[in-house]
Amino acid sequence: MKRPSIFGRFFTGQITAAGKIPPAKVLVIGAGVAGLAAIGAAKGMGAIVRAFDTRPEVKEQIESMDAEFLMLDFAEDGSGSGGYAKTMSPEFIAAEMALFAEQAKDVDIIVTTALIPGKPAPKLITEAMVQSMKPGSVIVDLAAEQGGNCELTESGKVVVKNQVTLIGYTDLPSRLATQSSQLYSTNLRHLLTDLCPEKNGTVFVNMDDEVIRGATVIKDGAITWPAPPPKLSAAPAQAKPAPVVSPVETNASSSSSLIKSLMPLVLGGLALFGVGAVAPESFMAHFTVFVLACFVGYQVIWNVTPALHTPLMSVTNAISGIIVIGAIIQVSSSSWLVSILAALAILMASINIAGGFLVTRRMLAMFRK
Amino acid sequence: MSHSLVTMSYIVATILFILSLSGLSNQETSRRGNYYGMIGMAIAILATALSGSVTAYGLLVAAIAIGATIGAKAALKVEMTQMPELVAIMHSLVGMAAVLVGYANFLDESIQLNGAEKTIHEMEIYIGVLIGAVTFSGSVIAFGKLSEKISGKPLLLPARHWLNLALLLLVIALGYWYMQQAATGGGMVPLLLMTLLALAFGVHMVMAIGGADMPVVVSMLNSYSGWAAAATGFMLNNDLLIVTGALVGSSGAILSYIMCKAMNRNFISVIAGGFGTVSGASAAVVEGEVQPIDAEETAALLLAAKNIMIIPGYGMAVAQAQHTVYEITKLLRDKGKKVGFGIHPVAGRMPGHMNVLLAEAKVPYDIVFEMDEINEDFPEVDVSIVIGANDIVNPSALDDPNSPIAGMPVLECWKSETTIVMKRSMASGYAGVGNPLFVMENTRMLFGDANAMLQAVLKALRG
Repeated sequence: MKRPSIFGRFFTGQITAAGKIPPAKVLVIGAGVAGLAAIGAAKGMGAIVRAFDTRPEVKEQIESMDAEFLMLDFAEDGSGSGGYAKTMSPEFIAAEMALFAEQAKDVDIIVTTALIPGKPAPKLITEAMVQSMKPGSVIVDLAAEQGGNCELTESGKVVVKNQVTLIGYTDLPSRLATQSSQLYSTNLRHLLTDLCPEKNGTVFVNMDDEVIRGATVIKDGAITWPAPPPKLSAAPAQAKPAPVVSPVETNASSSSSLIKSLMPLVLGGLALFGVGAVAPESFMAHFTVFVLACFVGYQVIWNVTPALHTPLMSVTNAISGIIVIGAIIQVSSSSWLVSILAALAILMASINIAGGFLVTRRMLAMFRK
Repeated sequence: MSHSLVTMSYIVATILFILSLSGLSNQETSRRGNYYGMIGMAIAILATALSGSVTAYGLLVAAIAIGATIGAKAALKVEMTQMPELVAIMHSLVGMAAVLVGYANFLDESIQLNGAEKTIHEMEIYIGVLIGAVTFSGSVIAFGKLSEKISGKPLLLPARHWLNLALLLLVIALGYWYMQQAATGGGMVPLLLMTLLALAFGVHMVMAIGGADMPVVVSMLNSYSGWAAAATGFMLNNDLLIVTGALVGSSGAILSYIMCKAMNRNFISVIAGGFGTVSGASAAVVEGEVQPIDAEETAALLLAAKNIMIIPGYGMAVAQAQHTVYEITKLLRDKGKKVGFGIHPVAGRMPGHMNVLLAEAKVPYDIVFEMDEINEDFPEVDVSIVIGANDIVNPSALDDPNSPIAGMPVLECWKSETTIVMKRSMASGYAGVGNPLFVMENTRMLFGDANAMLQAVLKALRG
């Protein structure tokens, strides 16, 4: 919010009759909460945003904000516990500095938010880098309170050095009193929600809750500070231990489910036996066909993809119009009543056959890649 | 045509029908499958007509011509949103045809059988007419409910289970009487009485089933129409009818089973009827404020998102919004965004209803996913849009054991970053259950007719 007023130029690119104005280039160092917010704000105003962080896991977060993630040709994971960064090795810092020196010449605005908990802020922007920046550029040092990320930052002041404006306010919250009060009170409200899980106003200090444990200094007269380091919030997924299957357990459960699944088979078998005992042979021949057909239908239908269930219904509808065969056999009866009934049945079944097949064809023609 | 040749034709037709159904296993082979079905049907009809037992060709051709014209007209005219109604009314025709064939067979005096064979034949007629009549009246009622000519609310008569049981016992008693009479050549009166009872039973059964269970009813009637054809096959000693009827019957039964599973409901309890009326009172009442949103803000959210999931429900079908949905999808995909559709198995009023509607709007089927395929991906989704759906995205199905829909698998859209719910009002869905999704912190409500609202979103996206 502070930067554009000092930078004094369009953030977004403009093409006018008088020529093209390139969009501002912003480099954000440290993609924590403040860094991501800065990326969002600058992006929202149309600037080209690049971001850097020592923790590779935030790459995705940066890219999700549509900013460019600057990669270092150097393999070292800077993730400390709890989603904060840790101090890096000297080799890494050398590579990092080279990257910043190169970027400083190109970008218009640098926002530094790099903080390591409990340590002075790392010096990331050297005097030489500031000199290499274009006149009129701006550096916003959000780490000014802990010494600043830039060598030239003066804590609590805005200074202009080598035609570069350095913002080192340490009292940013009070400069945006309304917003920061709002944000702070939201934070407090969430803390209270966590403290009163029953929503009845009774405070319950749950020491297993990461947030509450971290905020608790004294509980029941015992000093509980400092809290154990919080767990990684955005850690790369760890390989899950292979599930251990106990063979005894599975055997026991399968034998009981075996009985369950066999019961209907046994009952069905008894019923079939009963039918077989009384029915004449001609019936049994048809019954064999019937049972086999049910089985074929069962096997075939399970393969139908759920997306085609409606066409399946309309095509089976058309096929069930096969009942027309029964009517055709009877239509030539000597009894006029039988003929009329059969003719009516043929008429209805024909509606089904024609309608069912045609509507299925219409539907299937619509399915396309 | 000789008898053997007719039988051979029947075998070919049977194989073609099986190929037809197996062709539906995926979209590429489905069209060919439909043609197999047509050829099979043509062979079966021709073989029967030429079998030598047919002489009344005038009547036959006239009946087929009239029927086919009506069927073809209906098929070409019907709106895709009306598919469930069409399917239901066509089931009723099969049921009616089965009843008519049964009566014709009963009246036909040329069939001479003796002893056990005669008894079984009479019994087959009785059962065939019974199934046919239930299918017919049940389908007519289902058609009325689906086309909203009859209220979708379940009609619950007092002591309805006892009523059903009494009807069943009466049918068995009438069957006994009928068998006694049929042995001596009579039996018309009990047969007619039974038909009336079966019709009443079909009406009562479907009337008691609520709107949300309609997919189950439609597929169940599909199954019945198959069993009716199979029963007719037994009656006429025709293996082709038996095989085809059994195929259709098991197909409908499996569909019913899949639908019931998708709703986590017992098949028996669906048929017994009365959804959402038993435990509805004890379920948690949803409290909280909804956060409304307008079309411009929706468009802005969509433009900021990278991964978008659209969840259509019956509301999309009612508002005929599928074409607008596709326009929006196309626009967003052109902008390089990932757009997918999540389909719940019971979305809409019949199995696969949503897929057909989206296909009609030319949505490519490879971005339309089943619930099981995408439910785990919701945490990676930036914006999910629920269009006229309610119960299928109700989180209380998972976390409120008192909810009437507890245990039903739902699309977990609330796990996405933002959920936009399009609804006409805050009214609850067919199941009559409140939906805590609407008051969640990351949910925005877009009130209004789905199509009008989507048009506005589309305009905002273009502007």
